Amino acid sequence: MVDDAPAWLLFIVSLLLILGGVLALTGGVGLLRLSNFYQRTHAPSLPATLGIGCVLIASMLFFSVTSGRFVLHELLITMAVLLSAPVTAMMLNRAAIERDRRQYREDAPVPPGRPIKASPTGERNE
Amino acid sequence: MMTLFIGAQYFALACFALTMLFAMIRMLKGPTAQDRVLALDVLYLSVALTLLVLGIRFGHDVYFEVALLIVFVGFVSTIATAKFLMRGEVIE
Repeated sequence: MVDDAPAWLLFIVSLLLILGGVLALTGGVGLLRLSNFYQRTHAPSLPATLGIGCVLIASMLFFSVTSGRFVLHELLITMAVLLSAPVTAMMLNRAAIERDRRQYREDAPVPPGRPIKASPTGERNE
Repeated sequence: MMTLFIGAQYFALACFALTMLFAMIRMLKGPTAQDRVLALDVLYLSVALTLLVLGIRFGHDVYFEVALLIVFVGFVSTIATAKFLMRGEVIE
């Protein structure tokens, strides 16, 4: 199956796989190295969109050309990941904000409409 | 060209394994519970990516279905854990 694949297909699929690997690794390094939960929550969006997109396009191209027909069932994973990633991020961040406010942590975001920090003179410091 | 193809597969697999390792370090170390849940989400995602690359490597369809199942299980488990972290119970 792989032996009779044309060279341009192997080249494009290799490029997409390398790109996907680098993007996923960037997300992993960000998850490890960023200092705060609210910074770290940005890291997984890179493999969840571009990384998995590159690998799925590579898979679709490879199977479509080698089997001689359109193989599009990878679109199911695309839809699942693209729909679930924002919902997951939103739920997790709401839970994190709730917990941080409950524990009065320093880096918890203030509720909207409140002053950031009360100034000594009592003025509202927006 | 075949060498590049095989090399790209191994490179992608190594990258995903490193991502899993980093996510596991974050999950063991993570100062708060939400960090651990985030790391678990990344772990699910990188397992799905690994399975897709293995599907290209071996030219088989089964890996795709496993990846689809893992994506859905990861979504549901992350949502359930986030609800639990927010309120202390999964179903309100």
